[in-house]
Amino acid sequence: MSSNRQAAQASPWRAPILFAILAILFVLEGTVRNGMFSGSWNTSLAILNMGLISAITALGVNMQWGYAGLFNAGVVGFLALGGLAPVLVSLPPVEGAWAAGGPRLILALLVGLGTLALAKIAYTRTRRGWIMVLVLVAGFVAYRWLFDPAVTAIEANDSARTGNIGGLGLPILLSWLVGGAFAAAAAWAVGKVALGLRSDYLAIATLGIGEIIVAVLRNEDWLARGVKNVAAIPRPVPYETDLQQNPAFAEFAASWGFGVAEASGIWVKLCYMSLFLVVLLTVILLAELALKSPWGRMMRAIRDNETAAEAMGKDVTARHLQIFILGSAVIGIAGAMMITLDGLMAPNSYNPLRYTFLIWVMVVVGGSGNNWGAVLGAVLIWFLWIKAEVWGPNLIGALVGPLPDGDIKSHLLNSAAHMRFIAMGLVLLLVLRFAPRGLVPEK
Amino acid sequence: MDILNALVAFLNFVFIPAAAYGAQLALGALGVTLIYGILRFSNFAHGDTMAFGTAITILTTWGLQSLGVSLGPLPTALLALPVGIAATALLVLGTDRVVYRFYRAQKAAPIIFVMASVGVMFIMNGLTRLIIGVDDQRFDDGARFIINVRDFREWTGLAEGLALRSTQVLTLVVTAIVCAALFWFLNRTKKGKAMRAYSDNEDLALLSGIDPERVVRMTWIIAAALITIAGVLYGLDKSFRPFNYFQLLLPIFAAAIVGGLGSPLGAIAGGFLVAFSEVAVTYPWVKVAGYLAPGWEPAGLLQLLGTEYKFAVSFVILIVVLLFRPTGLFRGKSV
Repeated sequence: MSSNRQAAQASPWRAPILFAILAILFVLEGTVRNGMFSGSWNTSLAILNMGLISAITALGVNMQWGYAGLFNAGVVGFLALGGLAPVLVSLPPVEGAWAAGGPRLILALLVGLGTLALAKIAYTRTRRGWIMVLVLVAGFVAYRWLFDPAVTAIEANDSARTGNIGGLGLPILLSWLVGGAFAAAAAWAVGKVALGLRSDYLAIATLGIGEIIVAVLRNEDWLARGVKNVAAIPRPVPYETDLQQNPAFAEFAASWGFGVAEASGIWVKLCYMSLFLVVLLTVILLAELALKSPWGRMMRAIRDNETAAEAMGKDVTARHLQIFILGSAVIGIAGAMMITLDGLMAPNSYNPLRYTFLIWVMVVVGGSGNNWGAVLGAVLIWFLWIKAEVWGPNLIGALVGPLPDGDIKSHLLNSAAHMRFIAMGLVLLLVLRFAPRGLVPEK
Repeated sequence: MDILNALVAFLNFVFIPAAAYGAQLALGALGVTLIYGILRFSNFAHGDTMAFGTAITILTTWGLQSLGVSLGPLPTALLALPVGIAATALLVLGTDRVVYRFYRAQKAAPIIFVMASVGVMFIMNGLTRLIIGVDDQRFDDGARFIINVRDFREWTGLAEGLALRSTQVLTLVVTAIVCAALFWFLNRTKKGKAMRAYSDNEDLALLSGIDPERVVRMTWIIAAALITIAGVLYGLDKSFRPFNYFQLLLPIFAAAIVGGLGSPLGAIAGGFLVAFSEVAVTYPWVKVAGYLAPGWEPAGLLQLLGTEYKFAVSFVILIVVLLFRPTGLFRGKSV
């Protein structure tokens, strides 16, 4: 941001060179087989695909942080909420679930939302706290009266295989947009409350909403089966087994010198990669256009000096809410894409260190305020995060090799996998201090 | 109507656990609020610092246990506590010297401090994983109960039992001592007054010759002591698991904000408020209702919210405070 030790003008070659280095890393991962790299294109592309999703998440966070200086500590929640969309949109409908309690459930949720709205209206109209509390209590009782039997009925419906409300059976790509809409709605609710107060309050409130969204996914079995997970989410790309049985594909694979099994994996990952690249480039294009427009200049003006911008008649809180919703929507899209890539919704995997704070490291390292920087940082940090799992133990193994076998040696070897947390913390602190504008600084 | 049994059930399942939990949150929130008052940022590394201090204490406890040292009925961890506090104090002083001091000199925005504390959080998390791993650890020893359920039933002849665990009493006693000492320090000693002056008005404090670096060092040491004690008490009462400590961050922040950031008294009140609401909202009241109105109890559990959603309680409290009184109950630092 404004104060830094870096030269004001970075070389125009900086970003292309860094991206080239990144590309070389992935090529090495795909071709060279030694202690550092796996030499498998399947691994390399798998890392790249997840890196691209991280890049889209990082773009969302970068909008909030880089454009507006908002600290979102609940990225994991918005990702998880986006991940709910493929389950609800594109899974085939569950037989009997809707009949068991669908309408009643919808009614319950509407009553819940209506209660909140009514409570707000009651308070703004009358300014009497007890009326609002009365509305809330009555609404809560009505909500539970509607909600509990509906959930019991839905969860009892074939609970071994499904036991959830099921999806709509629509195309999976549509669910990406829906995921963005889900996250945007949650962001609106949080932002409405926490924006306009101290900057740390938003961080704490988002930390809370993140935990709660993950807790909901984990415990509401009617929604996405909770910790029983939802598997076999439809794919937008062909299945490996179908490709392997296709003689034309076998011939095609042989012409490139790959075995059929390996080639089918690579082909599927390439398909995913192109889909993700389309989304990534669209988001970047829109973000860059927005940033160069009068709206973007206004956002940066607000970020750099809120008081001055407010004096110029800009509604700072409303603009913050806007950018917070937009950024969260992008994060939600990334969350839906991630579930599509995995084909599995497993709420227990949503860990805040991995899905909130690692994304933050990506944004800060890449260069807050610069979209290409966020992408570079995301893919690079993701690559290092995955490879550190291999490199760390190898490094420690080499270091403790001369030590006699014993408790200390085995303890060090066992804990080597945890080293990457310390490494990421160090990277974040070092970049924040010595290169606060990141690898690719804002122009 | 069976008021006595209902009261015992209430004490056993709501009041006593909530009081112990509230005391632990209060100590944690005091740490947050002190750091906020002096250094003016929300420390996201708080939970992981807590886990680190507890981990060191646990390792020392195991060392003492293997040497055959024990405190009789009291947990050995109390003897190990000073070691944990010292290690944590050294660590936070080190991070302040290496990380935060630079931004203080720069007068960086609070949000930059928060970012830096995320980096510190990663490192502390890694350190804790390195020294003790990610699994559940239990380290309490000594007497488990002051009153156990069977004895209580025999003494009183009531159907409902009451258990009072020694760790719960210990938590409350230690918290009372620590809070008394802290308030004595803040109100009566010269250093404590310097800290309050610095928190109230930094420039005026500088003009009257208060050394800011000394105030900051003092704050970190006190905060380290507070959160290590909070972490060890929580670990003794429940169990030690680093991820749970990270998750405590939300109730602790909620407690500090409810009370008013920067207000020590508010942090204590906030801790108990959050803890009592959390336990009351997630407790199935059907048993108490059954004693109070036999034959009339409803079919359901009378549980407002599942235990898995206890974080939602802190969150809702936080939201209500932010909406209606952003400075907190005790008028902390302004918005």
